[in-house]
Amino acid sequence: MSLALPAPDMDRAITRISHEILERNSGSDSITLLGIPTRGAHLAARLAAKIEAIEGNPVQCGTLDITLHRDDLRMRPPRALMPTAIPTLGVENRNVILVDDVLFSGRTIRAALDALGEIGRPASVQLAVLIDRGHRQLPIRADYVGKNLPTSLAQIIKVQFTELDGQDAVTLEEGAL
Amino acid sequence: MRHLLSIADLSSTQAIQILDTAEELSRVSDGPMKKLPTLRGRTIVNLFAEDSTRTRISFEAAAKRLSADVINFSAKGSSVSKGESLKDTAQTLQAMGADAVIIRHSASGAAQRLADSQWMTGSVINAGDGTHEHPSQALLDAFTIRKNLVHGANDLTGIHVAIVGDIIHSRVARSNVLLLTKLGAHVTLVAPPTLLPTGVESWPVAISYDFDSVIENVDVVMMLRIQLERMSELFFPNAREYSHYFGLNRDRLKRMKPTAIVMHPGPMNRGLEITADSADSARSVILQQVTNGVTVRMAVLYLLLAGSQELKVQL
Repeated sequence: MSLALPAPDMDRAITRISHEILERNSGSDSITLLGIPTRGAHLAARLAAKIEAIEGNPVQCGTLDITLHRDDLRMRPPRALMPTAIPTLGVENRNVILVDDVLFSGRTIRAALDALGEIGRPASVQLAVLIDRGHRQLPIRADYVGKNLPTSLAQIIKVQFTELDGQDAVTLEEGAL
Repeated sequence: MRHLLSIADLSSTQAIQILDTAEELSRVSDGPMKKLPTLRGRTIVNLFAEDSTRTRISFEAAAKRLSADVINFSAKGSSVSKGESLKDTAQTLQAMGADAVIIRHSASGAAQRLADSQWMTGSVINAGDGTHEHPSQALLDAFTIRKNLVHGANDLTGIHVAIVGDIIHSRVARSNVLLLTKLGAHVTLVAPPTLLPTGVESWPVAISYDFDSVIENVDVVMMLRIQLERMSELFFPNAREYSHYFGLNRDRLKRMKPTAIVMHPGPMNRGLEITADSADSARSVILQQVTNGVTVRMAVLYLLLAGSQELKVQL
Protein backbone atom coordinates (compact mmCIF):
# COMPACT_ATOMS: atom_id res chain seq x y z
CA MET A 1 0.00 0.00 0.00
CA SER A 2 1.42 3.38 -0.94
CA LEU A 3 0.37 6.88 0.02
CA ALA A 4 -0.81 8.68 -3.10
CA LEU A 5 -1.82 11.92 -1.43
CA PRO A 6 -0.84 12.75 2.17
CA ALA A 7 -3.08 14.99 4.31
CA PRO A 8 -1.35 18.34 3.58
CA ASP A 9 -1.44 17.73 -0.19
CA MET A 10 -5.08 16.69 0.03
CA ASP A 11 -5.86 19.97 1.77
CA ARG A 12 -3.91 21.94 -0.86
CA ALA A 13 -5.82 20.19 -3.66
CA ILE A 14 -9.16 21.04 -1.99
CA THR A 15 -8.04 24.68 -1.62
CA ARG A 16 -7.04 24.86 -5.27
CA ILE A 17 -10.32 23.34 -6.47
CA SER A 18 -12.22 25.86 -4.34
CA HIS A 19 -10.42 28.73 -6.03
CA GLU A 20 -10.97 27.22 -9.47
CA ILE A 21 -14.70 26.85 -8.79
CA LEU A 22 -14.91 30.50 -7.69
CA GLU A 23 -12.92 31.70 -10.67
CA ARG A 24 -14.96 29.81 -13.22
CA ASN A 25 -18.33 30.79 -11.71
CA SER A 26 -17.35 34.36 -10.79
CA GLY A 27 -17.97 33.91 -7.08
CA SER A 28 -20.20 31.64 -5.03
CA ASP A 29 -23.64 33.21 -5.55
CA SER A 30 -24.75 30.98 -8.39
CA ILE A 31 -23.24 27.66 -7.29
CA THR A 32 -24.77 24.64 -5.58
CA LEU A 33 -22.45 21.85 -4.46
CA LEU A 34 -23.94 18.36 -4.48
CA GLY A 35 -21.81 15.58 -2.99
CA ILE A 36 -22.41 11.95 -3.93
CA PRO A 37 -22.53 9.85 -0.72
CA THR A 38 -20.59 8.68 1.10
CA ARG A 39 -17.22 10.28 0.51
CA GLY A 40 -18.28 12.73 -2.18
CA ALA A 41 -20.62 14.26 0.41
CA HIS A 42 -17.72 14.76 2.80
CA LEU A 43 -15.60 16.26 0.07
CA ALA A 44 -18.45 18.64 -0.86
CA ALA A 45 -18.70 19.77 2.77
CA ARG A 46 -14.94 20.44 2.82
CA LEU A 47 -15.14 22.44 -0.40
CA ALA A 48 -18.13 24.40 0.91
CA ALA A 49 -16.30 25.27 4.14
CA LYS A 50 -13.26 26.39 2.16
CA ILE A 51 -15.32 28.52 -0.24
CA GLU A 52 -17.21 30.09 2.66
CA ALA A 53 -13.90 31.00 4.29
CA ILE A 54 -12.65 32.61 1.07
CA GLU A 55 -15.83 34.47 0.12
CA GLY A 56 -17.26 35.13 3.56
CA ASN A 57 -20.83 34.12 2.79
CA PRO A 58 -22.66 30.79 2.99
CA VAL A 59 -22.59 28.31 0.12
CA GLN A 60 -25.44 26.05 -1.04
CA CYS A 61 -24.24 22.51 -0.31
CA GLY A 62 -26.15 19.22 -0.24
CA THR A 63 -26.02 15.53 -1.11
CA LEU A 64 -27.41 13.52 -4.02
CA ASP A 65 -27.91 9.76 -3.73
CA ILE A 66 -27.68 8.01 -7.06
CA THR A 67 -28.40 4.39 -6.01
CA LEU A 68 -31.83 4.23 -7.65
CA HIS A 69 -30.35 5.35 -10.97
CA ARG A 70 -27.38 2.98 -11.11
CA ASP A 71 -27.08 0.73 -14.15
CA ASP A 72 -25.45 -2.11 -12.19
CA LEU A 73 -28.24 -2.66 -9.65
CA ARG A 74 -29.05 -6.07 -11.08
CA MET A 75 -25.50 -7.29 -10.75
CA ARG A 76 -25.18 -6.80 -7.00
CA PRO A 77 -27.15 -7.39 -3.83
CA PRO A 78 -29.56 -4.59 -2.92
CA ARG A 79 -27.78 -1.50 -1.68
CA ALA A 80 -28.85 0.69 1.19
CA LEU A 81 -30.13 4.08 0.07
CA MET A 82 -28.19 7.12 1.24
CA PRO A 83 -29.67 10.52 2.08
CA THR A 84 -30.43 13.05 -0.63
CA ALA A 85 -30.49 16.60 0.74
CA ILE A 86 -31.10 19.37 -1.79
CA PRO A 87 -30.22 22.82 -0.39
CA THR A 88 -32.92 25.48 0.00
CA LEU A 89 -32.49 27.20 -3.37
CA GLY A 90 -32.88 23.91 -5.24
CA VAL A 91 -31.08 23.23 -8.52
CA GLU A 92 -33.27 25.18 -10.94
CA ASN A 93 -31.06 27.64 -12.89
CA ARG A 94 -28.12 27.08 -10.54
CA ASN A 95 -24.61 26.14 -11.53
CA VAL A 96 -24.57 22.70 -9.95
CA ILE A 97 -21.23 21.17 -9.10
CA LEU A 98 -21.32 17.43 -8.60
CA VAL A 99 -18.65 16.28 -6.16
CA ASP A 100 -17.24 12.77 -5.87
CA ASP A 101 -14.07 11.35 -4.38
CA VAL A 102 -12.81 9.19 -7.27
CA LEU A 103 -13.67 9.40 -10.97
CA PHE A 104 -13.30 5.94 -12.52
CA SER A 105 -15.66 4.43 -15.13
CA GLY A 106 -17.89 7.52 -15.21
CA ARG A 107 -21.00 5.45 -14.53
CA THR A 108 -21.65 7.03 -11.15
CA ILE A 109 -21.65 10.46 -12.77
CA ARG A 110 -24.01 9.29 -15.53
CA ALA A 111 -26.39 8.08 -12.80
CA ALA A 112 -25.94 11.38 -10.96
CA LEU A 113 -26.91 13.32 -14.10
CA ASP A 114 -30.07 11.22 -14.35
CA ALA A 115 -30.86 11.74 -10.67
CA LEU A 116 -30.27 15.47 -11.06
CA GLY A 117 -32.60 15.60 -14.05
CA GLU A 118 -35.41 14.28 -11.84
CA ILE A 119 -34.99 17.19 -9.45
CA GLY A 120 -34.83 20.09 -11.88
CA ARG A 121 -32.99 21.85 -14.67
CA PRO A 122 -29.73 23.45 -13.59
CA ALA A 123 -28.16 26.25 -15.62
CA SER A 124 -25.02 24.11 -15.87
CA VAL A 125 -23.55 20.99 -14.32
CA GLN A 126 -19.86 20.76 -13.48
CA LEU A 127 -17.89 17.95 -11.92
CA ALA A 128 -15.28 18.12 -9.18
CA VAL A 129 -13.32 15.04 -8.07
CA LEU A 130 -10.39 14.53 -5.75
CA ILE A 131 -8.83 11.73 -7.80
CA ASP A 132 -9.15 10.94 -11.49
CA ARG A 133 -7.88 7.42 -11.97
CA GLY A 134 -8.70 6.98 -15.66
CA HIS A 135 -10.37 3.93 -17.26
CA ARG A 136 -13.45 5.82 -18.40
CA GLN A 137 -16.25 3.74 -19.95
CA LEU A 138 -18.41 6.75 -20.83
CA PRO A 139 -17.70 10.12 -22.45
CA ILE A 140 -17.44 12.00 -19.15
CA ARG A 141 -14.66 14.23 -17.83
CA ALA A 142 -14.13 16.28 -14.69
CA ASP A 143 -13.96 20.09 -14.63
CA TYR A 144 -11.93 20.18 -11.42
CA VAL A 145 -9.45 17.46 -10.49
CA GLY A 146 -7.42 17.23 -7.28
CA LYS A 147 -4.90 14.81 -8.71
CA ASN A 148 -4.67 12.68 -11.84
CA LEU A 149 -3.54 9.26 -10.75
CA PRO A 150 -2.82 6.80 -13.56
CA THR A 151 -3.72 3.32 -12.26
CA SER A 152 -4.02 -0.23 -13.45
CA LEU A 153 -7.46 -1.86 -13.19
CA ALA A 154 -6.14 -4.15 -10.45
CA GLN A 155 -5.23 -1.29 -8.14
CA ILE A 156 -7.60 -0.05 -5.46
CA ILE A 157 -7.79 3.62 -4.51
CA LYS A 158 -9.01 4.53 -1.03
CA VAL A 159 -9.87 8.09 -0.07
CA GLN A 160 -9.96 8.63 3.67
CA PHE A 161 -11.54 11.50 5.59
CA THR A 162 -10.89 12.24 9.27
CA GLU A 163 -14.66 12.25 9.99
CA LEU A 164 -14.99 8.68 8.74
CA ASP A 165 -11.60 7.03 8.83
CA GLY A 166 -9.63 8.91 11.49
CA GLN A 167 -7.23 10.52 9.03
CA ASP A 168 -7.03 12.40 5.75
CA ALA A 169 -5.21 10.46 3.04
CA VAL A 170 -5.46 8.86 -0.38
CA THR A 171 -3.86 5.43 -0.63
CA LEU A 172 -3.16 3.10 -3.51
CA GLU A 173 -3.30 -0.67 -2.97
CA GLU A 174 -2.31 -3.47 -5.26
CA GLY A 175 -5.31 -5.75 -5.60
CA ALA A 176 -6.03 -8.92 -7.52
CA LEU A 177 -7.72 -8.33 -10.83
CA MET B 1 -34.30 -11.81 1.56
CA ARG B 2 -36.19 -13.17 -1.44
CA HIS B 3 -39.77 -13.13 -0.26
CA LEU B 4 -41.79 -11.11 2.19
CA LEU B 5 -44.13 -13.67 3.71
CA SER B 6 -44.49 -12.74 7.35
CA ILE B 7 -43.10 -10.41 9.97
CA ALA B 8 -42.10 -13.49 11.94
CA ASP B 9 -39.39 -14.17 9.30
CA LEU B 10 -37.87 -10.69 9.58
CA SER B 11 -35.12 -9.72 11.98
CA SER B 12 -35.38 -6.30 13.59
CA THR B 13 -32.34 -5.21 11.54
CA GLN B 14 -34.12 -6.18 8.31
CA ALA B 15 -37.28 -4.39 9.41
CA ILE B 16 -35.32 -1.24 10.23
CA GLN B 17 -33.57 -1.46 6.87
CA ILE B 18 -36.96 -1.49 5.15
CA LEU B 19 -38.10 1.52 7.19
CA ASP B 20 -34.86 3.43 6.50
CA THR B 21 -35.10 2.69 2.78
CA ALA B 22 -38.70 3.92 2.83
CA GLU B 23 -37.53 7.08 4.59
CA GLU B 24 -35.16 7.89 1.71
CA LEU B 25 -37.77 6.95 -0.88
CA SER B 26 -40.35 9.23 0.73
CA ARG B 27 -38.07 12.16 -0.07
CA VAL B 28 -38.17 11.11 -3.71
CA SER B 29 -41.96 10.82 -3.62
CA ASP B 30 -42.17 14.35 -2.21
CA GLY B 31 -40.15 15.73 -5.12
CA PRO B 32 -41.48 16.98 -8.44
CA MET B 33 -40.61 13.82 -10.39
CA LYS B 34 -42.11 10.76 -8.79
CA LYS B 35 -40.94 8.13 -11.20
CA LEU B 36 -37.67 6.25 -10.79
CA PRO B 37 -36.10 3.96 -13.40
CA THR B 38 -34.99 1.38 -10.82
CA LEU B 39 -37.21 -1.61 -11.72
CA ARG B 40 -37.52 -0.96 -15.45
CA GLY B 41 -38.24 -4.19 -17.30
CA ARG B 42 -39.42 -6.13 -14.23
CA THR B 43 -42.89 -7.59 -14.25
CA ILE B 44 -44.93 -7.65 -11.07
CA VAL B 45 -48.24 -9.47 -10.79
CA ASN B 46 -50.91 -8.41 -8.34
CA LEU B 47 -52.72 -11.67 -7.60
CA PHE B 48 -55.72 -10.75 -5.50
CA ALA B 49 -58.03 -13.62 -4.66
CA GLU B 50 -59.80 -11.50 -2.07
CA ASP B 51 -61.26 -7.99 -2.25
CA SER B 52 -58.97 -5.08 -1.59
CA THR B 53 -58.80 -1.43 -2.54
CA ARG B 54 -55.90 0.23 -0.84
CA THR B 55 -53.40 -2.63 -0.67
CA ARG B 56 -53.73 -3.47 -4.35
CA ILE B 57 -53.66 0.14 -5.51
CA SER B 58 -50.84 0.90 -3.11
CA PHE B 59 -48.67 -1.94 -4.44
CA GLU B 60 -49.55 -0.94 -7.97
CA ALA B 61 -48.58 2.70 -7.35
CA ALA B 62 -45.35 1.60 -5.67
CA ALA B 63 -44.39 -0.69 -8.55
CA LYS B 64 -45.22 1.95 -11.15
CA ARG B 65 -43.18 4.64 -9.39
CA LEU B 66 -40.22 2.29 -9.70
CA SER B 67 -41.05 1.79 -13.42
CA ALA B 68 -41.98 -1.90 -13.12
CA ASP B 69 -44.71 -3.33 -15.33
CA VAL B 70 -47.78 -4.31 -13.33
CA ILE B 71 -50.33 -6.95 -14.22
CA ASN B 72 -53.47 -6.96 -12.14
CA PHE B 73 -55.16 -10.24 -11.61
CA SER B 74 -58.23 -10.61 -9.47
CA ALA B 75 -60.07 -13.84 -8.80
CA LYS B 76 -63.33 -12.37 -9.99
CA GLY B 77 -63.40 -12.34 -13.76
CA SER B 78 -60.47 -14.77 -14.10
CA SER B 79 -60.18 -18.52 -14.46
CA VAL B 80 -59.93 -18.82 -10.66
CA SER B 81 -63.71 -18.42 -10.60
CA LYS B 82 -63.85 -21.37 -13.04
CA GLY B 83 -62.01 -23.46 -10.45
CA GLU B 84 -58.38 -23.06 -11.52
CA SER B 85 -56.05 -24.04 -8.70
CA LEU B 86 -53.38 -21.82 -7.16
CA LYS B 87 -50.77 -24.12 -8.68
CA ASP B 88 -52.03 -23.71 -12.22
CA THR B 89 -52.39 -19.97 -11.76
CA ALA B 90 -48.84 -19.71 -10.42
CA GLN B 91 -47.40 -21.79 -13.24
CA THR B 92 -49.21 -19.63 -15.78
CA LEU B 93 -47.72 -16.51 -14.23
CA GLN B 94 -44.27 -18.12 -14.24
CA ALA B 95 -44.63 -18.96 -17.91
CA MET B 96 -45.45 -15.32 -18.59
CA GLY B 97 -42.25 -14.26 -16.87
CA ALA B 98 -43.40 -12.66 -13.64
CA ASP B 99 -40.48 -11.44 -11.50
CA ALA B 100 -42.66 -11.09 -8.42
CA VAL B 101 -46.14 -12.02 -7.31
CA ILE B 102 -48.01 -10.00 -4.73
CA ILE B 103 -50.64 -12.31 -3.33
CA ARG B 104 -53.75 -11.71 -1.26
CA HIS B 105 -55.68 -14.86 -0.42
CA SER B 106 -58.41 -15.87 1.99
CA ALA B 107 -56.46 -18.99 3.06
CA SER B 108 -53.84 -18.51 5.77
CA GLY B 109 -50.48 -19.71 4.45
CA ALA B 110 -51.26 -19.20 0.75
CA ALA B 111 -48.21 -16.97 0.25
CA GLN B 112 -45.95 -19.44 2.06
CA ARG B 113 -47.27 -22.27 -0.11
CA LEU B 114 -46.51 -20.29 -3.24
CA ALA B 115 -42.98 -19.45 -2.05
CA ASP B 116 -42.12 -22.99 -0.94
CA SER B 117 -43.43 -24.65 -4.07
CA GLN B 118 -41.37 -25.00 -7.22
CA TRP B 119 -44.27 -23.53 -9.20
CA MET B 120 -42.53 -20.26 -9.80
CA THR B 121 -39.09 -18.74 -9.35
CA GLY B 122 -39.97 -15.10 -8.67
CA SER B 123 -40.31 -13.32 -5.35
CA VAL B 124 -43.53 -13.72 -3.38
CA ILE B 125 -44.94 -10.86 -1.35
CA ASN B 126 -47.73 -11.56 1.08
CA ALA B 127 -50.43 -8.90 0.86
CA GLY B 128 -52.62 -10.61 3.44
CA ASP B 129 -53.36 -14.30 3.88
CA GLY B 130 -56.56 -15.25 5.72
CA THR B 131 -56.24 -14.38 9.40
CA HIS B 132 -52.49 -15.01 9.45
CA GLU B 133 -50.38 -11.99 8.49
CA HIS B 134 -50.30 -8.76 6.52
CA PRO B 135 -46.63 -7.77 6.74
CA SER B 136 -46.60 -4.69 4.50
CA GLN B 137 -49.42 -3.16 6.55
CA ALA B 138 -47.44 -3.65 9.78
CA LEU B 139 -44.36 -2.11 8.17
CA LEU B 140 -46.25 0.96 7.06
CA ASP B 141 -47.83 1.28 10.51
CA ALA B 142 -44.42 1.07 12.18
CA PHE B 143 -43.11 3.62 9.67
CA THR B 144 -46.00 6.00 10.43
CA ILE B 145 -45.47 5.65 14.18
CA ARG B 146 -41.75 6.24 13.83
CA LYS B 147 -42.28 9.31 11.65
CA ASN B 148 -44.76 10.88 14.04
CA LEU B 149 -43.46 9.96 17.46
CA VAL B 150 -39.83 8.87 17.37
CA HIS B 151 -37.14 11.50 17.05
CA GLY B 152 -33.54 10.42 16.78
CA ALA B 153 -33.83 6.65 17.28
CA ASN B 154 -34.47 4.16 14.51
CA ASP B 155 -36.69 1.74 16.45
CA LEU B 156 -39.82 2.18 18.58
CA THR B 157 -38.42 1.71 22.10
CA GLY B 158 -40.63 3.33 24.72
CA ILE B 159 -43.71 3.75 22.51
CA HIS B 160 -46.94 2.35 23.94
CA VAL B 161 -49.46 1.14 21.37
CA ALA B 162 -53.04 0.03 22.01
CA ILE B 163 -54.55 -2.21 19.32
CA VAL B 164 -58.29 -2.10 19.78
CA GLY B 165 -61.09 -4.22 18.41
CA ASP B 166 -61.46 -7.32 16.31
CA ILE B 167 -58.14 -9.01 17.12
CA ILE B 168 -59.32 -12.55 16.42
CA HIS B 169 -59.99 -11.96 12.73
CA SER B 170 -57.18 -9.49 12.17
CA ARG B 171 -54.02 -10.37 10.30
CA VAL B 172 -53.09 -6.70 10.69
CA ALA B 173 -53.08 -7.15 14.46
CA ARG B 174 -50.94 -10.29 14.28
CA SER B 175 -48.33 -8.69 12.05
CA ASN B 176 -48.35 -5.51 14.10
CA VAL B 177 -47.92 -7.30 17.43
CA LEU B 178 -44.90 -9.14 16.01
CA LEU B 179 -43.31 -6.11 14.39
CA LEU B 180 -43.99 -3.45 17.03
CA THR B 181 -42.71 -5.64 19.88
CA LYS B 182 -39.71 -6.63 17.74
CA LEU B 183 -38.92 -2.93 17.39
CA GLY B 184 -39.17 -2.36 21.14
CA ALA B 185 -42.69 -0.94 21.49
CA HIS B 186 -45.05 -1.97 24.28
CA VAL B 187 -48.35 -3.29 22.94
CA THR B 188 -51.70 -3.58 24.74
CA LEU B 189 -54.56 -5.41 23.06
CA VAL B 190 -57.98 -4.06 23.94
CA ALA B 191 -61.04 -6.13 23.02
CA PRO B 192 -63.94 -8.03 24.48
CA PRO B 193 -62.85 -11.60 25.37
CA THR B 194 -64.88 -12.97 22.46
CA LEU B 195 -62.74 -11.06 19.97
CA LEU B 196 -59.40 -12.29 21.33
CA PRO B 197 -57.91 -15.44 19.81
CA THR B 198 -57.12 -18.51 21.89
CA GLY B 199 -53.50 -18.58 22.95
CA VAL B 200 -53.28 -14.80 23.14
CA GLU B 201 -51.81 -15.17 26.67
CA SER B 202 -48.60 -16.38 25.09
CA TRP B 203 -48.21 -13.28 22.90
CA PRO B 204 -45.70 -10.68 24.09
CA VAL B 205 -48.47 -8.17 24.88
CA ALA B 206 -50.64 -6.87 27.70
CA ILE B 207 -54.40 -7.51 27.45
CA SER B 208 -57.20 -5.31 28.64
CA TYR B 209 -60.99 -5.56 28.43
CA ASP B 210 -61.41 -1.95 29.46
CA PHE B 211 -60.63 0.68 26.80
CA ASP B 212 -61.19 3.57 29.22
CA SER B 213 -58.44 2.46 31.58
CA VAL B 214 -55.91 2.23 28.71
CA ILE B 215 -56.67 5.29 26.59
CA GLU B 216 -54.94 7.86 28.79
CA ASN B 217 -51.63 6.00 28.87
CA VAL B 218 -50.91 5.21 25.24
CA ASP B 219 -49.05 7.03 22.46
CA VAL B 220 -50.87 5.26 19.65
CA VAL B 221 -54.45 4.06 19.39
CA MET B 222 -54.78 1.63 16.53
CA MET B 223 -58.42 0.88 15.80
CA LEU B 224 -59.25 -2.30 13.88
CA ARG B 225 -62.16 -2.85 11.58
CA ILE B 226 -64.91 -5.12 12.80
CA GLN B 227 -64.73 -7.77 10.07
CA LEU B 228 -68.38 -8.56 9.64
CA GLU B 229 -67.64 -10.70 6.57
CA ARG B 230 -65.59 -13.12 8.66
CA MET B 231 -68.13 -13.33 11.48
CA SER B 232 -70.29 -16.38 11.18
CA GLU B 233 -71.45 -16.23 14.79
CA LEU B 234 -72.31 -13.56 17.28
CA PHE B 235 -69.22 -12.01 18.91
CA PHE B 236 -70.95 -9.12 20.69
CA PRO B 237 -74.58 -8.40 21.56
CA ASN B 238 -75.07 -5.48 19.18
CA ALA B 239 -73.21 -2.72 17.38
CA ARG B 240 -74.31 0.01 19.78
CA GLU B 241 -72.98 -1.83 22.77
CA TYR B 242 -69.68 -2.51 21.02
CA SER B 243 -69.29 1.16 20.05
CA HIS B 244 -70.09 2.22 23.59
CA TYR B 245 -67.39 0.08 25.18
CA PHE B 246 -64.75 -0.29 22.47
CA GLY B 247 -65.37 2.45 19.92
CA LEU B 248 -63.25 5.57 19.60
CA ASN B 249 -65.43 8.65 20.10
CA ARG B 250 -65.02 12.33 20.90
CA ASP B 251 -65.04 11.72 24.64
CA ARG B 252 -62.21 9.15 24.50
CA LEU B 253 -60.29 11.26 21.98
CA LYS B 254 -60.18 14.13 24.50
CA ARG B 255 -58.63 11.93 27.17
CA MET B 256 -55.70 10.83 25.01
CA LYS B 257 -52.17 12.14 25.67
CA PRO B 258 -51.57 15.47 23.89
CA THR B 259 -49.12 13.90 21.42
CA ALA B 260 -50.99 10.62 20.89
CA ILE B 261 -52.12 9.61 17.40
CA VAL B 262 -55.07 7.63 16.02
CA MET B 263 -54.52 4.95 13.38
CA HIS B 264 -56.79 2.66 11.39
CA PRO B 265 -55.70 0.25 8.67
CA GLY B 266 -58.91 0.89 6.72
CA PRO B 267 -61.49 0.38 5.44
CA MET B 268 -63.33 2.00 8.34
CA ASN B 269 -66.80 1.25 9.60
CA ARG B 270 -67.55 4.83 10.55
CA GLY B 271 -69.89 4.89 13.52
CA LEU B 272 -69.00 1.35 14.64
CA GLU B 273 -65.38 1.13 15.81
CA ILE B 274 -64.59 4.81 15.18
CA THR B 275 -66.81 7.87 14.98
CA ALA B 276 -66.51 10.14 11.96
CA ASP B 277 -65.19 13.08 13.98
CA SER B 278 -62.43 10.91 15.52
CA ALA B 279 -61.43 9.60 12.11
CA ASP B 280 -61.22 13.13 10.73
CA SER B 281 -59.64 14.75 13.81
CA ALA B 282 -56.22 16.37 13.92
CA ARG B 283 -54.86 13.35 15.79
CA SER B 284 -55.79 10.99 13.00
CA VAL B 285 -52.92 9.85 10.77
CA ILE B 286 -55.12 7.51 8.75
CA LEU B 287 -54.45 9.24 5.43
CA GLN B 288 -50.73 9.46 6.24
CA GLN B 289 -50.85 5.68 6.61
CA VAL B 290 -52.10 5.42 3.03
CA THR B 291 -49.36 7.73 1.71
CA ASN B 292 -46.69 5.91 3.70
CA GLY B 293 -48.05 2.61 2.41
CA VAL B 294 -46.82 3.46 -1.08
CA THR B 295 -43.30 4.39 0.05
CA VAL B 296 -42.95 1.37 2.35
CA ARG B 297 -44.07 -0.92 -0.47
CA MET B 298 -41.61 0.77 -2.81
CA ALA B 299 -38.89 -0.03 -0.27
CA VAL B 300 -39.98 -3.67 -0.13
CA LEU B 301 -40.03 -3.98 -3.92
CA TYR B 302 -36.67 -2.25 -4.19
CA LEU B 303 -35.01 -4.51 -1.63
CA LEU B 304 -36.52 -7.69 -3.07
CA LEU B 305 -36.20 -6.97 -6.77
CA ALA B 306 -33.51 -4.41 -7.53
CA GLY B 307 -30.54 -6.62 -6.69
CA SER B 308 -29.38 -9.69 -8.53
CA GLN B 309 -31.31 -12.94 -8.17
CA GLU B 310 -28.27 -15.00 -7.18
CA LEU B 311 -27.05 -12.69 -4.45
CA LYS B 312 -30.40 -12.12 -2.92
CA VAL B 313 -29.94 -14.61 -0.09
CA GLN B 314 -29.06 -11.98 2.41
CA LEU B 315 -30.80 -8.65 2.64
